[in-house]
Amino acid sequence: MTKLPAERVFRTSGLTKVYDTGEVKVYALDSVDLELFAGELTVLLGPSGSGKSTLLNILGGLDHATDGRVWFRDLELTNLRDRGLTRYRRDHVGFVFQFYNLVPSLTARENVQLVTDVAPNPMRAEEALDLVGLTHRMDHFPAQLSGGEQQRVAIARAVAKRPEILLCDEPTGALDSKTGIQVLEVLKQVNEDLGTSTVVITHAAEIRKMAHRVIWFQDGKIANIDVNETRLDPAEIAW
Amino acid sequence: MVNGMEALDRKLIRDFRRLWSQFLAISLVLAAGVAVLLMSFGMSDALEETRATYYERNRFADVFIDVNRAPNSMLDIIRNIDGVASIEPRVTTYATLDIPAKVDATVAYVVSLPENGTSLNQPILRLGNWPDATATDAVVLNAPFGEANNLWPGDDFTATLNGTKRTLTVTGWALSPEFIYTIGPGSLIPNDEDFGVIWMPEQALAAALDRTGAFNNLSVKLRSGYRLEPVIDALDIFLEPYGALGAIDRTEQVSNAFIDAEITQLRTLAYTLPPIFLGITIFLVNMVMGRIVALERAEIGLLKALGYSDTAILMHYLLLASLVGVFGVSIGYVAGSWLSFELAKLYADFLKFPYLIYSVSWNIYVLSGVLGLIAAGTGAARAAWVAARLAPATAMAPPAPPRFTTSWVDRALHLIRVSQPTMMILRGIIRWPVRAGLSILGMALAVGILVSSNFFPDALDLIIDTAFYQSNRQHAVLFFNDEVDEKVVEEARRLPGVLQAEGQQVMTAVLRHEHYRKRATIEARRPGMNLSRVVSTNGQVVDAPPGGIMLSERLAAQLGASLGDVIEVKFLGVHQGTYTLPVTQLVTQFFGLGAYMDQTTANRLFQQDPRVSIVNVTLDAAHGDAFQQSLKDLPKLAGRAMLAENRAGFEDTISRNILITTTIYAILGTLITVGVAYNGARIQLSERARELASLRILGFTKGEVGFVLVGEIMLLAVLAQPLGWWIGWGVAKMLTESYTSDLYSMPLVVSASTFSSASLIVLTAALVSVLIVRRRLDGIDLVSVMKTRE
Repeated sequence: MTKLPAERVFRTSGLTKVYDTGEVKVYALDSVDLELFAGELTVLLGPSGSGKSTLLNILGGLDHATDGRVWFRDLELTNLRDRGLTRYRRDHVGFVFQFYNLVPSLTARENVQLVTDVAPNPMRAEEALDLVGLTHRMDHFPAQLSGGEQQRVAIARAVAKRPEILLCDEPTGALDSKTGIQVLEVLKQVNEDLGTSTVVITHAAEIRKMAHRVIWFQDGKIANIDVNETRLDPAEIAW
Repeated sequence: MVNGMEALDRKLIRDFRRLWSQFLAISLVLAAGVAVLLMSFGMSDALEETRATYYERNRFADVFIDVNRAPNSMLDIIRNIDGVASIEPRVTTYATLDIPAKVDATVAYVVSLPENGTSLNQPILRLGNWPDATATDAVVLNAPFGEANNLWPGDDFTATLNGTKRTLTVTGWALSPEFIYTIGPGSLIPNDEDFGVIWMPEQALAAALDRTGAFNNLSVKLRSGYRLEPVIDALDIFLEPYGALGAIDRTEQVSNAFIDAEITQLRTLAYTLPPIFLGITIFLVNMVMGRIVALERAEIGLLKALGYSDTAILMHYLLLASLVGVFGVSIGYVAGSWLSFELAKLYADFLKFPYLIYSVSWNIYVLSGVLGLIAAGTGAARAAWVAARLAPATAMAPPAPPRFTTSWVDRALHLIRVSQPTMMILRGIIRWPVRAGLSILGMALAVGILVSSNFFPDALDLIIDTAFYQSNRQHAVLFFNDEVDEKVVEEARRLPGVLQAEGQQVMTAVLRHEHYRKRATIEARRPGMNLSRVVSTNGQVVDAPPGGIMLSERLAAQLGASLGDVIEVKFLGVHQGTYTLPVTQLVTQFFGLGAYMDQTTANRLFQQDPRVSIVNVTLDAAHGDAFQQSLKDLPKLAGRAMLAENRAGFEDTISRNILITTTIYAILGTLITVGVAYNGARIQLSERARELASLRILGFTKGEVGFVLVGEIMLLAVLAQPLGWWIGWGVAKMLTESYTSDLYSMPLVVSASTFSSASLIVLTAALVSVLIVRRRLDGIDLVSVMKTRE
């Protein structure tokens, strides 16, 4: 059994997000209470529209809750305005998205340097790219890289600042399963080597097997939380 | 399919509404081009038409000649010159006036009214009555002069005619095609309070001037189809014995020449500015339509998959651009019509036309409208063609990402270690060099327009300094009707308030060298004169060396003469005679076609005692009124010019005109800059939306992300400055060359403040445009941008 780390990085209380279209109110998150822990790799599962991305965006400081509160350690995110959230993202959060969102006019190294130039305690861009196994492709532009390589650059860019948390929204969604596994291995390595708390949203339920905990979402609420007694290595997963 | 076309039409209207701010910015640039075209053609046509009608209705003469005194018996001979249709002999003189309750002496040009009515240059009575032919003290004033001096029918004033003071009564006000633009002797610009025209019955005026049975001014109208030159030559020959000053045609008649210059300037404007605006319109439409087609790739693919033809797609995008064209042309029509009508009215009022014939010919509207639509269509052609040629399958797949490559530029940039956002800006520019280059060119043209319109004050400052402060240091100039004995200088020195007085002789002559011939004024003066000096453009005081003639470079060039050449000088007027003189000196000057002689050389040539025709004086300001009063009693005085007033009037008129033109050009420059910068930034935002959102998510502040957007356009704007200065300087150089006439040459001086104010306007307009676009960044939904595939 894997021992659960105890230090709490996120806590939400009654977290609610309502999309009010005027005619109907849609509860994307409906009074969610949740804790996430340092060094933990969590997988969020659930159908489309169940609230996982909304939760991830609020945790990452990209969106505001309609009601309820959320803390990152002792910092209450619900009180922060735009400037504070920007600061918070800059200092603590790394993001990985389905469509890598690299800057096409910058090389792999320069894309990582975007972050290392402004972060308080970054690793060297080369080091980050080495971590994802792309040392030999550093001076290539995104258009010269494969999808998997681009996603690995995106991960290198996300982790180069040594973030405390890494939020990944469908990181393998645009990749074939073989390339997807490579990406997951990088995520696992970052989680283990750097101790970065990692949250991964996915539609591929098999991926849950590499997580410490799996949180199931349904209709804006947490339907279930599973703790994996044994975790699989990404190489052992297929989808 | 009919329904389908309607759906496509609805898309057209909606696209237009959605992109209204970008289209508006382009439309305004196009509108400016159309408006300037309409305005310059409208105004010049109005001026030309009004003048032509005025000339025809009031029988403006074709040839004019002044003589000293010719007997009326010569008139029959002149009437018989081949080609002469009618003639009008007159008696004319300059007179000083004493107007009640006005301290300053005023100058008027007095013209006789023939007994049996005028047959040429007919004045139009605006107020009151014509005086009786036998009246001895009744006169009509030109209306602006009467108005400026508050002299109404029934009012009296005193005039010194041939040394005798007479009280004259105003019977009416008139306007004349001969004096649309009136300018007093020694003045640079019209001043209605200071100088006027007076019509007086011939009998009375001839008697006062002792010219009964004679004339000193003749106007000639030609039969249609006859050439001017033979008539001019015949007049010169027949009237030479009577002190003829050389016949001139309309092009040399002051009032007409001035209006010619105005019309030429308006036409120049019509040929230079609109092409710039149309060119920028093409570029902007090309840029925006290119982006629209890029964004609508999938839609185009879908439409084609649904069965729309290439032609339908092509027409769809051409129509979208033509909506911009129609919108811009419409704004241009409204603005141009309004501007040209208002400005033509202003002109007519300033130039004292009795009426304004304003009709912009419909073909100018057609021309500008067609040009506007062609510009929009040309701009859209490439994008529409690309859209039409897209294969449906290719169109529905996302476009290939832009390919960037590293070059020596990148290695250089790495060496200086620029930040990544700066690198993004620089790579964007290097990746689309044509677009960046055209953006730079567009903004440079805006700077150029501002520099080339604003350099006038710089040039005028130098002209004013040279003309007023270096060359002409006298406070007043006294003019005499004929040359007078030099002792008049002593008399002038004794006038109240006069500190210094110096005389000089001014003669009219025809200069010949090889096959060139030029009528010019020769000034004879003593060396070392202090008040009126010849100053070259480089600030040196030059005296005419004895034993020859000194020419201004412009005159020498027109004669094809250079230093050491011998030219033929035929004096007109009092000193009849032809002499050959070596060119002993050349001098570069801003004003006039100057020719100068040493006074002693002139005296020896004419075998005469020293004589003068003008006296320059400096004044003690405390005695100004007494001086003015004393002038009213000075016999033989034809007029006086107060240089301080002249200077103030000149500067005042110029600065008022400059304020108007500078404002108009500042608006034009701003429109171009906004068109380029706003659209450039919108396209940047559209192309970079994902990148910029990524940066926000990575923790870049709004300011840091805004830097990428603002930075690229502002970098281009800054790069545009030196090019704009260069373009402005070049255009200014062209303008100085095109404005160079017999009257003056415009020096090419562009001050640092002209460059910097042009740059300030363009950089501010660019910054404001980009900041307006930057505000849209705040509204970007970070999450949804990141979730969609490009």
